[in-house]
Amino acid sequence: MNWKILVRAAALAAGLAACGAQAMPSLADKLPKSAKGTADHGKFKELQKVFKSGPEVTRACLACHTDAARQVQHTRHWTWEVVDPKTGQKLGKKNIINNFCTTTVSNEKDCMACHAGYGWQDKGFDFAREESVDCLICHDSTGTYRKLPGDAGHPVYERKEFPAGSGKFVEAVDLAKVAQKVAMPSRANCGSCHFFGAGGDGTKHGDLDSSLKQPGKHLDVHMDAKGLNFSCVACHKTVDHQVSGSRYEFAASRHGPPTPRGKYDEEPASCQACHGDKPHRENPLLMDRLNVHTDKLACQTCHIPEYARNSIGTEKVWDWSTATTMGADGKPAVVKDSAGRRAFDSKKGNFAWDSFLTPEYRWFNGKVSFKVIGDKIDPSGVVEINHPEGSAVEPAARIWPFKVHRGKQAYDPELKNLLVVHTAGEDHTALWHNFDWPKAIETGMQTAGLPWSGKYDFVATEMSWPITHMVAPKGDAVACAQCHQDEGRLKGIDGIYLPGRDRNGLIDTIGWIVMALTLLGVLIHGGARVCVLCRKPRSPQ
Amino acid sequence: MNTTPTRRGYIFLYKRYERFWHWSQAALIVFMLITGFEIHGSYRIFGFQRAADYHTYTAWTLLVLWAFTIFWQFTTGEWKQYIPTLEKVGAMIRYYIYGIFTNAPHPFRKTTVKKHNPLQRLAYLALLSAVSPIIWGSGLFYLFYAYWKNWGIDGWLSLEAVALTHTAGAFMMLTFFFVHVYLTTTGHTPFAHIKTMITGWEEEERH
Ligand code: HEM
Repeated sequence: MNWKILVRAAALAAGLAACGAQAMPSLADKLPKSAKGTADHGKFKELQKVFKSGPEVTRACLACHTDAARQVQHTRHWTWEVVDPKTGQKLGKKNIINNFCTTTVSNEKDCMACHAGYGWQDKGFDFAREESVDCLICHDSTGTYRKLPGDAGHPVYERKEFPAGSGKFVEAVDLAKVAQKVAMPSRANCGSCHFFGAGGDGTKHGDLDSSLKQPGKHLDVHMDAKGLNFSCVACHKTVDHQVSGSRYEFAASRHGPPTPRGKYDEEPASCQACHGDKPHRENPLLMDRLNVHTDKLACQTCHIPEYARNSIGTEKVWDWSTATTMGADGKPAVVKDSAGRRAFDSKKGNFAWDSFLTPEYRWFNGKVSFKVIGDKIDPSGVVEINHPEGSAVEPAARIWPFKVHRGKQAYDPELKNLLVVHTAGEDHTALWHNFDWPKAIETGMQTAGLPWSGKYDFVATEMSWPITHMVAPKGDAVACAQCHQDEGRLKGIDGIYLPGRDRNGLIDTIGWIVMALTLLGVLIHGGARVCVLCRKPRSPQ
Repeated sequence: MNTTPTRRGYIFLYKRYERFWHWSQAALIVFMLITGFEIHGSYRIFGFQRAADYHTYTAWTLLVLWAFTIFWQFTTGEWKQYIPTLEKVGAMIRYYIYGIFTNAPHPFRKTTVKKHNPLQRLAYLALLSAVSPIIWGSGLFYLFYAYWKNWGIDGWLSLEAVALTHTAGAFMMLTFFFVHVYLTTTGHTPFAHIKTMITGWEEEERH
């Protein structure tokens, strides 16, 4: 092992000598800048006009970027559908039920505020139409481009009150200005959807929220605004608009040396892509003790000691069973917790939020089996909306940190499946409009094309989210004793011998009994000697 | 030429290096016990990480000490002190069970060629041939866990087996330690043996 390092060190030294006094480029210099590029879009005549709608802007973009829309149309940002190569299951927002707002089906007008397109409001959406692709949601650099629920993915064309009745207004987007200032996606672009998953800041992921727009080093060493300042695509390397590192194609482990953004870039969004699978520099006498941990642990397990490390926090529980309960005055009520986060809403039920959360740990091999729309469930226990698979004996499995979001959802007690509920909308069957479960379920299931027995009840559910952002500075990594003890973080992890946590009861019992008998023997023997000496003092010599 | 120093009424039993390695080994092993059982989770003194660090550094130190000591044992011929003998073993056992309480004379007289009594020889041999190999064998595998894959042994050796063997060895060492310390008090005065091990001089018994 060590001679290889020596050879590399020698090669490096030789290389450095060849470079003369030239300074080594820092890592930050090697990474792509949030590039301004060589084209000033503000000078393009095509963009110096009044745009009335998003599709009009897209048409202008496509005049030069001829293939862009077709590329986007091949991404999950557009299709919201993914076939999992490992399980063959059809996933993506179009097919899954999550543990928050549940499903997009029949609720497209709201949900599609986060679709990278314009006009998806029902099954009739034309996925081939190029000008329906939304370029600006990812390329806006002004921070003024906003899409609101209810508009099926269109930006705000006219000043409007949002949320309705709140007295707060959202200004109409100046599309020409936004189009003239397009740029490579920044954290704010990706964050405009991914920080607000499940309808609010930090709600869904716990390791993604608006604090990552300008984070300090303590929150994320890579995105540290005053330091490395990585954009999302620095890690989620993107080719032809295909963003790498999807949760649906998860690599739980990766082997080999680092290849930072090089040619050979398997799993570019993994830690190992840049750090390799032996990332720790250690005292050689300790014999790679830390590095060998990478055989069993994901990097994230030690280097993300807690998630939601801010006052935004994240949602832990969403209990739909109390939805449609009205306030004391018989009207829809909203209750906030002491930190101003949602605690109850007549439309949605009960919530529980928290900050600075310790992840739950599980074996994970990258494969996740989902309960998608229409799948049978077993309501006698907690229904796992998604189940991360893996065990200690699988070479590709690692112990991963998860946020586990728990809740209760409507299900069909006779047909035994989760229900598609029509929540959003202005029509009289929408749950958030009319507070009537049976009507909302009927519309939802009809839209999904699925049978419903006419009965509904609520079942306990949980959903697991691998934690991978908010990587802490190395000094804040999880300390050894946090796992190497009886009551540690890895208490429930089986299939490994964990020093400090595990021991053999028989060996310990025998060991301590032998010790006790030895001490007893010594005490008796020694005590007897002392007594004898007292009675019969040594004869004078 | 005999360079052994002389002193009236005393014999010179332990040379300087011998005393040095005895006491440094004793300190290191006590420290191994303290840190080892902390790693094991029996109590908390240094915290797991530092206990593991210290345990490992101490193991390396012991290795170096042993390398020198083995060299010393063979160059001086002192290794012969560990050749077992059954002669007078019965007398020794009877002494510990009975004689010691009646002030009977010690059945064994230490000389520079026979420093250890026959029971001691057997005990040290057991330590050298059983307990040490168990602890060192398992300890080295434990220490080199990261390399099992390279050596191709990760398929059939489990960390659990290694750790449990090591723990069993540690219990044996712990038991040895307590018995050993107690037996040091069985000289003609309770601290006579200890004094000898410190100064090197053994008082010749007068009867
Ligand atoms: C007097 C000698 C020694 C004693 C009493 C002792 C005792 C212990 C005990 C009780 C443990 C905890 C085992 C467990 O619960 O898994 C341990 C761990 C360990 N021991 Fe020893 N040991 C001794 C010598 C050695 C030696 C010579 C080595 C190496 C050559 C060694 C290497 C280790 C290692 C690597 C661990 C695991 C902790 C870690 O990961 O650093 N030990 N020892």
